[in-house]
Amino acid sequence: MADLNVKLWRGDDNGGELVDYTIEAQEGEVVLDVVHRIQATQAPDLAVRWNCKAGKCGSCSAEINGKPSLMCMTRTSVFEPGETITITPMKTFPIIRDLVTDVSFNFKMLKKVPALKPKAREADGTYRMFQEDIERGQEFRKCIECFLCQNVCHVIRDHEENKTNYAGPRLFIRYADLEMHPLDTNDRLSLLQDKMGLGMCNITKCCTEVCPEHIHITDNAIIPLKERVVGDRYDPLVWLGKKIFRKSKTKVAVTE
Amino acid sequence: MTDELNEIHSHDVVIIGAGGAGLRAAIEARSLGASVAVVCKSLFGKAHTVMAEGGMAAAMGNVWKEDNWRVHFRDTMRGGKMLNNYRMAELHAKEAPDRVYELEEWGALFDRTKDGLILQRDFGGHKYARLAHVGDRTGLELIRTLQQKATSMDIDVYMECKIVKLLKDSSGAVVGALGFWRNSGEFVLFKGKSFILASGGIGKSWKFTSNSWESTGDGHALAVTAGADLIDMEFVQFHPTGMVWPLSVRGLLVTEGVRGDGGVLRNSLDKRFMFNYIPEMFAAETADTEEEGDRWYEDKSNNRRPPELLPRDEVARSINSEVKAGRGSPHGGVFLDIASRRSPEYIKRRLPSMYHQFKALADVDITATAMEVGPTCHYVMGGVRVDADTAASTVDGLFAAGEVAGGMHGSNRLGGNSLSDLVVFGKRAGEFAAKRALGMTKDVEVDQAEVRLAVEEALAPFNRSQGDNPFKVQQEIQETMQNLVGIIRNQQELEQAHSEIERLKERVKQAGASTTSRRFNSAWHTALDLVSMITVSEAVAKAALLRKESRGGHTREDFPKADPEFGKINHVVRITNGEMSVKPEPLPQMTPELAEIFKDDVK
Repeated sequence: MADLNVKLWRGDDNGGELVDYTIEAQEGEVVLDVVHRIQATQAPDLAVRWNCKAGKCGSCSAEINGKPSLMCMTRTSVFEPGETITITPMKTFPIIRDLVTDVSFNFKMLKKVPALKPKAREADGTYRMFQEDIERGQEFRKCIECFLCQNVCHVIRDHEENKTNYAGPRLFIRYADLEMHPLDTNDRLSLLQDKMGLGMCNITKCCTEVCPEHIHITDNAIIPLKERVVGDRYDPLVWLGKKIFRKSKTKVAVTE
Repeated sequence: MTDELNEIHSHDVVIIGAGGAGLRAAIEARSLGASVAVVCKSLFGKAHTVMAEGGMAAAMGNVWKEDNWRVHFRDTMRGGKMLNNYRMAELHAKEAPDRVYELEEWGALFDRTKDGLILQRDFGGHKYARLAHVGDRTGLELIRTLQQKATSMDIDVYMECKIVKLLKDSSGAVVGALGFWRNSGEFVLFKGKSFILASGGIGKSWKFTSNSWESTGDGHALAVTAGADLIDMEFVQFHPTGMVWPLSVRGLLVTEGVRGDGGVLRNSLDKRFMFNYIPEMFAAETADTEEEGDRWYEDKSNNRRPPELLPRDEVARSINSEVKAGRGSPHGGVFLDIASRRSPEYIKRRLPSMYHQFKALADVDITATAMEVGPTCHYVMGGVRVDADTAASTVDGLFAAGEVAGGMHGSNRLGGNSLSDLVVFGKRAGEFAAKRALGMTKDVEVDQAEVRLAVEEALAPFNRSQGDNPFKVQQEIQETMQNLVGIIRNQQELEQAHSEIERLKERVKQAGASTTSRRFNSAWHTALDLVSMITVSEAVAKAALLRKESRGGHTREDFPKADPEFGKINHVVRITNGEMSVKPEPLPQMTPELAEIFKDDVK
């Protein structure tokens, strides 16, 4: 088969450049295979993350010809013959080396999520949940934490300063997972609005478009969360109810 | 200590590995009040557990009320060809249901029965539908649930850190683990009172494998180098159904759930060939006609299970034989067909990631055509020899749980028994490691000279500026193990493997770091992974040469039958004065009460 022309971003936090590689094409390959063959034959010190090579772990996120993608799920057959394949690291996160970025922001934000607080078991010791009750949550729990949605979210992609007060789409689906969990009794809505920047998302759906798991991040997680926040704060009946009745959900103290 | 070491962390319990076993151990140890470190080679949440698909086995009896721990125990022991550590298999069968319920309480959303309970699916070797699952992405659910629980518990997670050596004090107890940050290349020392290995498997030493780059056998190698015993290393599971095409994804796992949900295996003559390979041991409980096998999915009381759901070792060997006999598929596998047997909606709902995987990577629509599949290196039954109840290794202060531990699965693991193994023995390891640590009054001392030596060893690839390409050496190890210590073995090839491994040991010592940069230098990382890979390869080849019989995940064409004498022993691998040896030791014998469960079985 013909040769592939590949440009890989090589460098570290002091700067770098696109480096050209030429390598023989092979049938049925994905971009990660090509990167691995370049690593094995031409650039053994090339830094690249990967694990499962099957779209299940979310390690090999990068920007391929400018499009945020998983390298392991991008077939080389999608490119035109002779088209150069340019692979650069995710832009939103600081560079460590080559295609590897510092994604610790996401783990810090995950640490701030108030945990599930399950209700009591049924009298027979079980939890009864029905398939239709859990399907919404199962959609969110498909997330493989590739952080491509975080990478394309312009609230942080173009505004580094927002990383202190904006959790981002991955985190919003995690909050939605918990808020809509049949067993949960915690309440995170104030935290979401006041500290996690839910209001800063202006639902451009960039996150949904890049999700390799096809999770409807905007429609099924972010918009319903926004509606809950609005309902919680401005609905006079909800307000009155809060004053009169004992809340079934506990407010979570906001801690930094 | 040395100029190279500027970072030390002290904890009660240090856990190496952040898959299901490591995380469950961390949660247990932390809940008992221990300070806990989890050290992992990849990012948090990317461990190999994430790739588990079909489910976790636990006799909850939600679908078949006839199921109970005795049936699960019997299935597990028979699946392992009775070589399992009976006590581990017993604890596993008894405790798995509680471990599943606890995951549910921590947020796991398992698929449900009509009554709102946890749904259970059929799998090979399990008498009843027993696997709690989430479609075909159960591993992701397990790791995410444990990760989220651990994150809420003040556990310190040290990501992208490779441990290169365990350090012992003068009494022989493990007190330190030296590692380096993959990002910066700087060294870091973890001091601790108890250490738990939860580092997974060794599958990266084979060419066609379902395992990721991480599965280089680091934990096995760290343990045996520190003086711990390994057992059963000859038993390596080749999963019957890996993808065979395109070549770039050869080995990628196709879940056993496809067969559990009704998929069948066919050869190029369109025959369901598994009916020709039913072993005597399972004949009484296996259907001998297609009609009976098909009825079994709906009526388990009056029908026997189809032979496609025999234990994995049987199915893998049968596929191998069909291909060898010239009845394979175009790309050297056989056909796995669910398209002609179940509706597209059912397939997409039950097997969403298989549907996606074949569509995206092979242009195959599994709701319309059959998949091509063949055996792929998947799991090592052998591992660190542990005390069944406490998960303690034979070295003081060192525990092991999950795939890195040996004994639980005997000579062959049943599908679905791995995820449950992780949480059952992860919990036990965490509990006993924490108790040991919390009972110690003195602080631990790490020998500075040993740290210096370990740092020097780890930096050696940088001194080989003209060194060999580590990826080339890795490929040679994989070719050797694939061709000479693969699914079917013989004396001559195993002897050849030994001389190859001796040669490759020297090659490993010549592998270089490619450049002087220590920052996320993949050549350096791989050069150090090779040390683990060659150590475990030697252990597997040595034990395989000595076991002159066929049993479970060890098939000798020169000794095609199981030998009752070999059924009484485990092979114990040990390193003394730098030399690796393998010795037979008697298999622990089960209590009469447990033996009663097998009284009517065909041996």
